[in-house]
Amino acid sequence: MDVFADALRQAIALLVHRDPYVLQALWLSLRVSSLAVIIAMLTGLPVGVGVGIGRFRGRQILVALIHTGFALPPVVVGLFVYMLLSRQGPFPGLRILFTPGAMVVAQSLLAAPYVAGVSLAAVQAVPADVRLQARALGASRLRALWMHVREARVGIVAAIIAGFGAVISEVGAAMMVGGNISGQTRVLTTAIVLETRRGNFALAAAMGLILLFMVLVINLLLARVQSEDGWRRRASERPWS
Amino acid sequence: MVVSVLAASGLRRRYGARMVVDVDEFAVAPGEVVTVLGPNGAGKSTLLRLLMLLEKPDAGRILFRGEPAHPADDGVRRQLAGVFQDPHLFTGTVAENVAFGLAARGVSRADRRRRVAEALSWLDLQPYADASVRTLSGGEAQRVALARALVLEPAVLFLDEPTANLDVNIRRRFREDLERLLRARAGAAVLVTHDASDAFALADRIAVMEAGRIVQTGTPSDVVLRAATPFIAAFTGAELLLRGIVTGHDGALVLVRAPGGATIVASTPDGDALPAGAPAHVAYRPEDVVLGPMDVDVTTSARNRFRERVIATAPAGGLVRVRLGGDVDLNALLTRQSTQELGIQPGRDVYAYIKSVALRAFPAAPAT
Repeated sequence: MDVFADALRQAIALLVHRDPYVLQALWLSLRVSSLAVIIAMLTGLPVGVGVGIGRFRGRQILVALIHTGFALPPVVVGLFVYMLLSRQGPFPGLRILFTPGAMVVAQSLLAAPYVAGVSLAAVQAVPADVRLQARALGASRLRALWMHVREARVGIVAAIIAGFGAVISEVGAAMMVGGNISGQTRVLTTAIVLETRRGNFALAAAMGLILLFMVLVINLLLARVQSEDGWRRRASERPWS
Repeated sequence: MVVSVLAASGLRRRYGARMVVDVDEFAVAPGEVVTVLGPNGAGKSTLLRLLMLLEKPDAGRILFRGEPAHPADDGVRRQLAGVFQDPHLFTGTVAENVAFGLAARGVSRADRRRRVAEALSWLDLQPYADASVRTLSGGEAQRVALARALVLEPAVLFLDEPTANLDVNIRRRFREDLERLLRARAGAAVLVTHDASDAFALADRIAVMEAGRIVQTGTPSDVVLRAATPFIAAFTGAELLLRGIVTGHDGALVLVRAPGGATIVASTPDGDALPAGAPAHVAYRPEDVVLGPMDVDVTTSARNRFRERVIATAPAGGLVRVRLGGDVDLNALLTRQSTQELGIQPGRDVYAYIKSVALRAFPAAPAT
């Protein structure tokens, strides 16, 4: 049991003294995952909203595909992106393999289904009659669509948080396409793998604690956001007086 | 001749194989309040959406002030406004909601603020102006939805079952507000409801709708007193008296023999549809039944007098409902004072008087 106590004690010391190695890994994690989520929003939100509101043939298949995306193994996505960006791939001149850029590409692919899937659910939960009501007050179709999406904005925020949560703690894709190069592509998760193998448990634990803390904060935020959203459902179940 | 503000002809709308709306003519005069009355599933809400240019009909055309109008016509659509059963308020404050339609029409902020304040005052909503819509009760929310539509001063205001979701007490208050506001404004209104009392309280004219078709239009008293079909009679509160056989005519009235042998003298919308020997339904309203003691022989203007015995009494909203059996089986609605004065209790023998104009005879389907 000493190994845990020692590691924990030393990890806390590293954190309190703001160890530069740890902070660098944290900073890179935040940059890569944030950028990845922003890209995932640009692709995932229009898809989620479009599939959520639209009524067209093949819609159910798209919904199933999006939900399948929730379970994509990060290491497989990493493999795919590696092959995509390798010299034998379709973009030989791009040369972003083993740079943070490649990690952003891989993580945005991982996050996009989450953003699409949760925003789809959020948009579906808003009654379609909201658009009808907007039009009944003279709104154009576009404005009516905007009002619908606006009513789902809390759920859409949840979609973004969910996307971030999906990528901040993944290691498979980051390792594959980033290469865990010190000072360049070493994020919290890949650093933990390396330092554990080297026997530097305190260092690994320090970074593990940060990761745990981030995941906790993300889930608290999500829970808060989703309970916020529940007011509409609760209001419609309330006996009208 | 006054040009209708809104007129529709040959309107047809189908969902799959089912014809949901099949209306040959429908028109609203400027300033008129028309109620579309009918049971759930009659197609009223679909008709409303077609008239509001929110849905495209499969056939037919709609004229706004004499000019053809289509769902794509933003300009025409902005002369209309609607309130639905569920208020569908947008997240935000009451004032923001009431301002929505004005903002969609590009009204300046200063004008918006002034008009919103005015609309809130019409419905006593000023204290709620900055309140979040989440904090509103159902009745308050529906008032906000009404203010949101009225502020636009539409040429035609549409209301789809606006009181259906409200508690009984709130419904009455809302109906009073609505009545006051509809009378005060210059624009026309089309109100859709399954509640006959809403219709009678608010309408200048009633269109009764059944299975996608309009089966009668007229003033409230036309529809109640001169119901064109048994369905309309029943829907507006009449009860079925009995099923009998026509024995003859007396001018505009028809004579119907009850199963027990008594002869009933009734009015009818169409005497030709009831030749002698034909089966007939006779409908009446319990409030039209007058009771009198049997030991007194009076001549009244009522053509019908039946010998009855009181079977049971039951309270009915401040009045007393009396169940009677004898020459015919029927119900009467009396005040408590009357039941006491006449000594109405089970076992008492009475005469029941009904005027022929209060009884409506309709053709019945032949017995199988």
